[in-house]
Amino acid sequence: MPSSEGKPGPQKFGAQYKLIGKDYTTPDLYAKVTGKSKYAEDFRADGMLFCKLLLSPVPHGRVKHLDLSKALAMPGVRAILTQDDLPAPADSVTDLGAVIKANKQGEKALTMEPLYQGEPILAVAAVDEWTAAEAIEKIDIEFEHLPFVVDPLDSLRPGGPNPRQEGNIWVKQPVPAAQPGGKPPSPPPPQVGELKWTAADFAEMKEGRLPMGKAPDEWSYGDVDAGLQAAALVLDETFVTPDTSHQTLEPRTALAYWQNGKVFIHMGTQSTVQTLAGMGRWLNMDPNQIVLISEYTGGGFGSKATGYIFAIIPALLSKKVNAPVMMRISREEEHFIGRARPGFQGRMKVGFSEDGKITALDMFTICNNGPYDANGDANASGLVVSLLYQPAAMRWRGLTMLTNTPPRGPQSAPGGMQGIIIMEPILAKAARKLSLDQVDIRRANAPEGKALWGPPRDGKRAHSTSAFLKEALDRGAEQFKWKERIARPKKSGTKVRGVGVSSSAFFAGSTGYDGLFIIKPDGRIAIQSGIGNLGTESISDVHRVVAEVLGVPWEKCDVEWGNTSKNLPWTCVSGGSQTTHAMTRAAHAAAMDGKGKLREIAAKTHGGRPEQYEVANERVFRKGGGQSMTLAQAAQRAIQLGGIYDGHEAPEDLNKYTKASIAALAGQGLVAAAKDKYPHDGQSFSYVASFAEVEVDIETGKYHITDFLAVADVGTVIHPKALGGQVLGRSILGIGHAIGQKWVFDPQYGCTISRRFHHTKPPTILDVPVDMRWAALDIPDPETPVGARGIGEPPVGGGCGAILNALSDALGDEIYRRAPVNLDTILTSLEAGRPMQDPLTAFI
Amino acid sequence: MAVIRDVMPAFQLFQPTSIADAQKLLEQHAQDAWVMAGGLDSFDWLKDRIKKPKALVDLSGVEELKGIRTINDGIEIGAMTTLTEVVRNPVIQQKYGLLGQAAELVASPQIRNQGTLGGNVSQDARCWYYRAGWPCYRAGGNICYADTPVGRNREHAILHAERCVAVNPSDSSPALIALDAKFVIRTPKGERVVDAEDYFIGPDTDITRMNILQPGYLLTAIRIPSTWAGARFYFEKVRDRNVWDFPLMNVASAMVLSGDSIERIRIAVNGAAARPLRLKAVEDAVRGKPRSPATGEMAGRLAVQGAVPLQFNGYKIPLMRNLVKRSISGVQEATWAS
Repeated sequence: MPSSEGKPGPQKFGAQYKLIGKDYTTPDLYAKVTGKSKYAEDFRADGMLFCKLLLSPVPHGRVKHLDLSKALAMPGVRAILTQDDLPAPADSVTDLGAVIKANKQGEKALTMEPLYQGEPILAVAAVDEWTAAEAIEKIDIEFEHLPFVVDPLDSLRPGGPNPRQEGNIWVKQPVPAAQPGGKPPSPPPPQVGELKWTAADFAEMKEGRLPMGKAPDEWSYGDVDAGLQAAALVLDETFVTPDTSHQTLEPRTALAYWQNGKVFIHMGTQSTVQTLAGMGRWLNMDPNQIVLISEYTGGGFGSKATGYIFAIIPALLSKKVNAPVMMRISREEEHFIGRARPGFQGRMKVGFSEDGKITALDMFTICNNGPYDANGDANASGLVVSLLYQPAAMRWRGLTMLTNTPPRGPQSAPGGMQGIIIMEPILAKAARKLSLDQVDIRRANAPEGKALWGPPRDGKRAHSTSAFLKEALDRGAEQFKWKERIARPKKSGTKVRGVGVSSSAFFAGSTGYDGLFIIKPDGRIAIQSGIGNLGTESISDVHRVVAEVLGVPWEKCDVEWGNTSKNLPWTCVSGGSQTTHAMTRAAHAAAMDGKGKLREIAAKTHGGRPEQYEVANERVFRKGGGQSMTLAQAAQRAIQLGGIYDGHEAPEDLNKYTKASIAALAGQGLVAAAKDKYPHDGQSFSYVASFAEVEVDIETGKYHITDFLAVADVGTVIHPKALGGQVLGRSILGIGHAIGQKWVFDPQYGCTISRRFHHTKPPTILDVPVDMRWAALDIPDPETPVGARGIGEPPVGGGCGAILNALSDALGDEIYRRAPVNLDTILTSLEAGRPMQDPLTAFI
Repeated sequence: MAVIRDVMPAFQLFQPTSIADAQKLLEQHAQDAWVMAGGLDSFDWLKDRIKKPKALVDLSGVEELKGIRTINDGIEIGAMTTLTEVVRNPVIQQKYGLLGQAAELVASPQIRNQGTLGGNVSQDARCWYYRAGWPCYRAGGNICYADTPVGRNREHAILHAERCVAVNPSDSSPALIALDAKFVIRTPKGERVVDAEDYFIGPDTDITRMNILQPGYLLTAIRIPSTWAGARFYFEKVRDRNVWDFPLMNVASAMVLSGDSIERIRIAVNGAAARPLRLKAVEDAVRGKPRSPATGEMAGRLAVQGAVPLQFNGYKIPLMRNLVKRSISGVQEATWAS
């Protein structure tokens, strides 16, 4: 039953601010709650056609016979798009001008050699979806079956199958030597190669331990062997983490049409400005010729960071038939193409001193990547573990294995989450073995201040901008009444309860983007937001900084977003929990630019020096009294002055994308624009301390989460309600990994059998306590002007870790060896008195 | 020919407003007809284009099939009565609470608003191979994909498997068996009334069907006699998620005590076999015995005799054992407050 004991009153934030740290009505709220918000699927265009996809029925094969004639002959069918219609993959150019070579072995929107069941083969455009579906059923298609593999370990066995004809793993290619005096050449893309382990490597598998053969990726610091030798306790544990679909509420639906040589694409994406480059690369087009409309996005969680390749299908079909084309993606199609978190087969050997400090950590991870471009999860898992648990010495080894399973993508705290949930049960077990308190052992290993993380680069390890995880653990222990709870009886009747705590962290900010707004001649502030509206509210939250700095009421601010033809500034990817950090910095920089220009305009108008003027209460006025002007008057004056003041000139250091936007906006008022150049020495991370209580029925194995609390260290709180939504929502995402979300494959056929929600079992709102609680420390980050960092991803690992640890507190360490932990695992292990779960097989 | 899912194919839609018209349509279209109640099971099949009936007979307009009536001995529930109505009905709440408890645990509130009692008892198996269109025994083929050395069968049968290892996923069915309900069926030859447990069939009888309905048949009502009105009831559904989930297993019992001893009892479980199982041997063994933990333990052990686990569903044996035990001697609840 939900408990309200110890429930605090609402926390108050931002005592020194008017807007920062305060709740407000976001500009998209009414549209969202009234249903007026238009997602990609809600748009219609004159003469619009629909398209449907033919998906591969085989996990790996080659189309050996294709006859489209009956489909094309059907009334209402307009065109069929195949891989032959796709543009060649284009190189991409980074913001710094470096060329990233296109990888011909990378993912395509359509293929004649599918590498996973459900991969799109072709698309049919017709007058309606029914006709398109009927046409697909009239297509005569035959596949040559090729070898396939769904479990990385099967592929690593001597003579094991390869998922691709070329092999089972990406291999980095040597960079050619630079010509004397010339620019260093772009590194060639990686190629698929083969890696097999020996039969001897697999010997440990019989003992239920992850075999550890050759791993191509490795880093370390400190003396791991010495650390393990000196340890009072060494634990060596194997753990399997689940593959979990993103399954965003809005699937990868897109509408496209062409006008005057430009393609207009309506789609849901996490990032507005940053999606143009991806679409440009996939379409092999100049991004200037693409207009992206994405005012509302039904969730991303990393799967739509910069859009998705399949949006080019309606764009290319539209060009082919010269009519708008809508591609609605069904739930099952979304399962196949909608990305998922890669599952890990992981193993850790961890040494502890008697007081619970980690003396050394040896981490080995196999990441099940699916068939295409490598995800960074394996490496990220090591980096986050190195930060969050501060081992004195650490080695990380990893393999990112290709399999014939749907392509993975980054999912909230990619890699970090998997690392945390491999580590957390080990830490919990160590505390029990060493008779230490669970909060204390996490405190003892927690990062603090400018904490070091990752391997050394150029002889030096990087540091975090700040870390107040110990304070978060302390606050949480107090609010959760940890000491009281652990002293209570554990068993009564058929019920056993347990409490768990987990540390959690993830990357939480980048730097160097542009802010842009206009003070209009009517005194209103038009803020240009290049952020995607992915549901986090960062799209407007970060711009509260502009109003705060200028002393303008929020009601006088209008935020423009969601359409790349609306002259937006260069903006970070809304992924990796960067946005709040990156774009509050950019907003602050732009606001300071605006403030400076207001003072200059006042000085030009009323005499004196700019620094003699102050900006507040919608006016710019001489300090100590005297002449003043309203912001409206200053904006009118800016237009008269022109040049840098009204955007006819722009600062040189701005991104060219921002400059183009400023040029288009010039003359509309006082144009304030600046690049974030605030100093920033460390890497920004945010931290969460998560607490959970579970109650298990030992006769059925069924358990309920009876309480949950997450305390976040995210720097300055910008928007409490949105922050609370992220802290608890993303905790639930993590909880799903503990309590049931997974993929299931039949290994004999290489096919997904968990195709629908009632198979993959994302958590429902009734699976978590009704009064989940959150709190935030509200300690400003020292390396960013507003002090705010991101929060989307840091809670995820803690949500899962806290539940896993509560379960082992209730039932002991001999229950589970993988996540999710379902009642079948608990019941069979309790019956047998030992862990009964298959320790290593993927996708059970 | 290529396969596509998630787009409903075309069919002729019939929306009769009387049982007689519905029956006429079913006779007329015989094998080509598909009977649709609330649509929760049907739409999955249709949208996946795995079942392609020529004629869909939608019963939602047949008022005669809806509602809960008091009859001479007990109540009669129209087959098209929604599960929400079953849950909210005061007579069911007072006398036949077992059915109300079971119905309230079906899926989610939205599904219970749309799903019907007739549909819930008549729904097809949810084996994820069968429902994905794999050509298995149940689909008329000659293989079971779930019962192979590597088949994924966590949710499959431990009892009475016969080539097919799918289970019946209905929550209301075991409650109706425990209440000794009668199913009223219109057939081309007239009305037939069968005991609840005889409505369901296993693969040994017909591997392609879950119940005795033949083309042209229509389940019109379910009658609950007063035999078990106000008895001591127990229902428990075990599922992964707290809402919107099929049962991994459920149990229903109706019991009348005489003093401390069990005078009469009916017990049924579902999720263990292709049909909901009435546990006749258990009923016989515990009749006259005290309602005690020892009797419960004995009943549990007896219930799982002959159970054969597959690779991933061994947990169903202790689960069934414990559920049957609890259905007799109850759950030892925790004494803590929260």
